[in-house]
Amino acid sequence: MKIVGLSGSKVGSKTRTAMDYTMKAAAEKYPDAELTLIDLAEYDVQFSDGRDYREYEGDTKYVAETVMEADAIIIGTPIFQASIPATLKNVFDLLPAGAFRDKVVSMLVTAGSPKHYLIVEQQVKPILGYMKAQIVQTYVFIEEQDFYRKEITNDDVLFRIDRLVEDTFVLAETYTKIREAKEAEYDF
Amino acid sequence: MEEFHINQNQSMELGLYTLGDLLSTHATEKHSSEHQRIQEMVKMAKLAEDAGLDVFGVGESHQKHFVASSAPTILAKIAGVTNNIKLISTSTVLSTADPVRVYEDFSTLDLLSDGRAEIVAGRGSRYGAYELFGYDLNDYDELFEEKFELLLQLNKEQPITWEGKFRPPLKNAEVFPKPLEGNLPIWRAVGQHHSSAMQAGRMGAPMHLAALYGASSVFEKRVNAYRRAAEEAGHDTGKLPVAAATIMYIDQDSRKAMRDFYPYLNDTFRQVRGVSFPKDRFAEATSIKNAVMVGSPQLITEKILYQYELFGHQRFVAQIDTGNLPFKKVQEIIEMYATEVVPAVRKATKK
Repeated sequence: MKIVGLSGSKVGSKTRTAMDYTMKAAAEKYPDAELTLIDLAEYDVQFSDGRDYREYEGDTKYVAETVMEADAIIIGTPIFQASIPATLKNVFDLLPAGAFRDKVVSMLVTAGSPKHYLIVEQQVKPILGYMKAQIVQTYVFIEEQDFYRKEITNDDVLFRIDRLVEDTFVLAETYTKIREAKEAEYDF
Repeated sequence: MEEFHINQNQSMELGLYTLGDLLSTHATEKHSSEHQRIQEMVKMAKLAEDAGLDVFGVGESHQKHFVASSAPTILAKIAGVTNNIKLISTSTVLSTADPVRVYEDFSTLDLLSDGRAEIVAGRGSRYGAYELFGYDLNDYDELFEEKFELLLQLNKEQPITWEGKFRPPLKNAEVFPKPLEGNLPIWRAVGQHHSSAMQAGRMGAPMHLAALYGASSVFEKRVNAYRRAAEEAGHDTGKLPVAAATIMYIDQDSRKAMRDFYPYLNDTFRQVRGVSFPKDRFAEATSIKNAVMVGSPQLITEKILYQYELFGHQRFVAQIDTGNLPFKKVQEIIEMYATEVVPAVRKATKK
C-alpha cells in the first residue's frame, strides 16, 4: 500500500514534527507499506494554472504525481488566519476533479488556539468530499501547548496519532475490499 | 436547416468520427506506427462510405497520443477515396489557428469533395496546441469567440474588412478559393460548458455537442439552453441543426461489450487525463438513459432513439476507435452499426 504524508505548510515546525511522529508510527506498525513524506517546505511548488497535473515540471510535477499515485494520504496542516495554508490548498488545486476517488484521506491539525477545532470540519472535509476522498472522520487536533522544542510532550496526542495511523490503514484496506466486492459484480 | 446542408425531410444523419488517438494500450500490446494509424483512419472512412453512413469526422489534436494534427489533409485524402459521405472536422482547434487559413483549407476540401466539407470549430479539449503555437490558455474564451466570429463573417460576405485582437486586420480582403455553393456549414463544438451552448444559440450557429458519458438528460438541458438562447436572440430554432457526438462500442452480447471495451476506455482516460474511468459510472452504461454507447446493436439503437426523444437532434456521430482499438474490431463495429443500428434508427426517425 502506498501512503503519502503531506505536510502542508512552509511556515513553522509543529506540523512537520507531528507528521514525523505519524510517519514513524506508520513505519513501525506497517513495515510493508510504502511510505513517502512530502513536506511542502522542502519543495518549490508553483501555483495551479489549470493544466493537466502531469504537465507541470520539477517539484510541482513530483508533488502532484506522488499524491495521485497514493492509496492513502495523511494530511498534516496548521491553521493560518482561520483556514488552511495556501500551500496546501494549492496542492488540491493542482489535481483533477475527483482526484481522491478510491483514496483514503486522513488529517492531523496543529493550531495555536482550540477555537480552530472545527475548521477541519467546515473547510477541509468539504474539499476532500468534493474530490471524492474516503475520509477518516476522526482527525488529530494538536495545540501549541502540546509541543516543546520540536517534540510532542502530550502522551494523549501520541495515542491519538497511533489511532489515526491505524484508522487510515484499516479504512484503506476495508475500502479496497468494498470496492473489489462491488466491482466483482460488474463483470467487466 | 438547408443552409447547413441538412435535409429536414430525411431521417437523422448517422456517422462516425475519429480523433486518431495513438495510445499504448496494454490490451492490444502492439503499438501501431503513426503511418499505420493514419492509413487506418482513411480505411475507416472508406468503410463508412461503403456502409452508406452519412458523415465522417476527423478531430484535430496537437500532442502526444494523437496523430491527427492536420485534419484537413487527412480529410482531403478521404475525399479522394469516397463520393458521398459528408466530411467534417470533429473538431478544428480554431482558437490556435488563423480562421482565414482554416477557411481556405476547408473551401479547398469542399471543392475536392464536390461540396461535402463542413467545419466544426472548437477550442480543443486537449491543450497541446496552445503551447505549440504560442497562445495563452488565459485567453481561452476570448481567442475562440473572436476567431469564430471572423470565420462566420468570412463565410457570410467577401470581400471582408475586419479588425481584432489576435490577428492582423483585414482590409477589403478576399479569400480563395470559394466553397462550391459559396459557403460552408460551420458548426460550433460544445463540450462541458453550458455557457458555450448558450453562446452557440445566441450566434445562431448549429451545435455539435459532445455527449460522451453520464445521463443523457444532462445533455438535454444543454440542448434546451441552446435553443432557448437562440430563440431569445431572435433565431429560428427550426433552422438550426444539433449534432450529438459520443463514444461507441458494439458487440452482439452487451455484457461482452462492457467487458471488452472497459480496458480501452479506462486506458484512454488514464493516458489522456491522468485519472481512471470509474467502474461504477461505466456500469451505468447498461441503462438506455446513459449516454455511453456500449452494448448490443439493439441497446445502442434504443439509446440513440432515447436521445432523439430528448434532443430532437439531426445528426449522431460516434467515435469507435477509442484507445487505439484493433482495426479488425473497428471493422466489425462498422458492420454491426451499418447493418443493424443505422437501418433501425433511420426507420424510426424518418419524417
